[in-house]
Amino acid sequence: MDLWFTEKHTDDVNFTIKVKKQLYSGKSYYQQIDVFDTYEFGRVLVLDGFIMLTEKDEYIYHEMVTAVPMAVNPEIKSVLVIGAGDGGTIRELTRYSTIEKIDMVEIDEQVVEVCKEYLPQTACKFDDERVNLFFEDGLKYVRRKENEYDLIIVDSTDPFGPGEGLFTKEFYGNCSKALTDKGILINQHESTYYDSYVDMVKRTHKRISSAFPVSMVYQAHIPTYPSGHWLFGFASKNLHPVYDLKAQDWEEFGITTKYYNTELHKGCFALPNYVKEILADE
Amino acid sequence: MKLKQENAPVYEALTKHMKNRVVRLDVPGHKGGRMNKPLRDFLGEQCLRCDVNSMKNLDNLCHPTGVIKDAEELAAEAFGAAHVFFIVNGTTAAVQTMVFTACKAGEKIIMPRNVHRSAINALVVCGAVPVYVNPGTNKRLGIPLGMSVEDVKKAIEENPDAKAVLVNNPTYYGICSDLKSIVEVAHAHGMLVLADEAHGTHFYFGEGMPVNAMAAGADMAAVSIHKTGGSLTQSSLLLCGKNVSEGYVRQIINLTQTTSGSYLLMVSLDMARRNLALNGKDMFAKACEYVRYASGEINKIGGYYAFGQDLVNGKDIFAFDDTKLSVHTRAVGLAGVEVYDLLRDEYDIQIEFGDIGNILAIVSAGDRELEIERFISALSEIKRLYSKDPAGLFDHEYINPIVKVTPQKAFYSNKKAVPVKDSCGRVCAEFVMCYPPGIPILAPGEMITTDIINYINYCKEKGCLMTGTEDLEINYINVIDE
Repeated sequence: MDLWFTEKHTDDVNFTIKVKKQLYSGKSYYQQIDVFDTYEFGRVLVLDGFIMLTEKDEYIYHEMVTAVPMAVNPEIKSVLVIGAGDGGTIRELTRYSTIEKIDMVEIDEQVVEVCKEYLPQTACKFDDERVNLFFEDGLKYVRRKENEYDLIIVDSTDPFGPGEGLFTKEFYGNCSKALTDKGILINQHESTYYDSYVDMVKRTHKRISSAFPVSMVYQAHIPTYPSGHWLFGFASKNLHPVYDLKAQDWEEFGITTKYYNTELHKGCFALPNYVKEILADE
Repeated sequence: MKLKQENAPVYEALTKHMKNRVVRLDVPGHKGGRMNKPLRDFLGEQCLRCDVNSMKNLDNLCHPTGVIKDAEELAAEAFGAAHVFFIVNGTTAAVQTMVFTACKAGEKIIMPRNVHRSAINALVVCGAVPVYVNPGTNKRLGIPLGMSVEDVKKAIEENPDAKAVLVNNPTYYGICSDLKSIVEVAHAHGMLVLADEAHGTHFYFGEGMPVNAMAAGADMAAVSIHKTGGSLTQSSLLLCGKNVSEGYVRQIINLTQTTSGSYLLMVSLDMARRNLALNGKDMFAKACEYVRYASGEINKIGGYYAFGQDLVNGKDIFAFDDTKLSVHTRAVGLAGVEVYDLLRDEYDIQIEFGDIGNILAIVSAGDRELEIERFISALSEIKRLYSKDPAGLFDHEYINPIVKVTPQKAFYSNKKAVPVKDSCGRVCAEFVMCYPPGIPILAPGEMITTDIINYINYCKEKGCLMTGTEDLEINYINVIDE
């Protein structure tokens, strides 16, 4: 038997991986949820036809959204994670013993349930006592918070579908209000390689920049995301991601990482010219 | 076989017609889009293929004997009317048909002054004479309300020769008068009752809604199905009770309505009626639930005041439409129109309108939780980032008009343009209004006062879209040249 899963990266580009077995398929109130076991990438979580993570490369994404802010402000105590139903971001955060509180807001409880059952590699730390789960709309949750978090990580799906509200100006404004003075906002920022994503990346960057004095973009190589070249946003009220890097402090956490290191930290904010041009374009 | 609400005769006939692949040697000349491929690609092939002309199997809107007649009869059943007309020239045409049916030149019609411009336009065209009943006003919100039964009764007694009473059910802001009592008084004096239900489609299907015109015994009602009922923009229904002659009303409609009725509009009316009849109750319950939730959350933000049932006083606010999400913004230090502009320009949220003190969002079952949350969050952000001291804001109250001559006489009189600032004491010969809501500040034949000039200037300053005047900049205003 030859079973393949294909994700449409653009109208003219497909990404196809060979499937060993489909482990789960179901439809929640919000989206279609599928889990495959594959030969090359291990288990793969797919939402509405888009790959969210694979066991083989999820560490890149999850280290990059957690280690980067932790190395800029090692004193982060209170964290809000929006989205992230697969648990990978939570797993990484729980490795930092100095973090006291991790609130996670996921709109779709079913994603968490499915991941607990089929993706134990990421969904393994939901029962850490510092973790509090809230199943509601992220936009709604954050609207009611003020000066409460040192770090907000927006680990969302794409800007079309249930994650749509997490790419809006009002959301970033609400995040700014919810963050402390030294607060940092990290968001998954899509990719600029294919034209179909460019407008959204531009608009998202512009919206974040309107709400935060410091707004920068960094990159990572994630093989299973469209083009493999993925961007993240780093925004804060005053901390600069490179000038304020506390490499020594981060090393002292003693955390082993497979992708991140503090040298890479400095480098990942250096962007290719075509990306810089897109972000500079109003 | 008797048709049921599950049927949609125009839709069924169009579907069958397209399957037949009839050769198109008639209008429209785009021939299913083949003549204008970019338009076809933009709107979709199905849309252009449905854009057909009247023909035997698809009936004729001007003189319906087939599927349009069937569809109108199903609509009559669904709305509890004696007869229903499909209208494709907008609810404006339905309102005008009501006025033309009830009044001839020189005859009187009793109406609240806060009618939509289409009603006063009808008076300009037919020469009927308005007897205005001043609506109540809410000082805090600065909005005109409904008519109290006492005021209507007084107007009827003072003008026993009037032919009809026109009632907004509800107003743009969702406020209803005591329609049932008004119908009783008017009928006792031999007058027709005409209801402008442009914003009242849901009253026929939702639960716990204010009474609809047909149930209240009104004689005619103009219902904008496109506004809250799910049909395409510009499609509308005219409902008639048993006291008006179907044939005469059709003659009136055919004076001005197109002879090339759009099948896109008609099929949208037919399918909207089916959907409303089958699912309306649930759909409007969902809309009310969204509004209830959003109002609560908006009131928690502070400053904003999302108003509703709390205003009901049994008189000029006899009932309130729970599907309206209206928010008073003055305490945030922003005019409604400023919030309206910020929502669109900064947050990509388009709401229905902002006036001097309020904003109104139209919520329907077509919305998702996402849109509601975005609206609430954006209001919260606007307050955080833009709120000002409310002290400088104009405390507008509805200004009662001083009518000098009939709208028709004023509109067709010798006119001259004078600067707005110098127009005090003159009689206005045109409309001035903010659009939306499209309720005239001045109608033809009304005296211009200092209050009105100040109000016009304030609206302009706050960025309201002002319309109606010949001078698009509204620096000059046409007055009667005596």
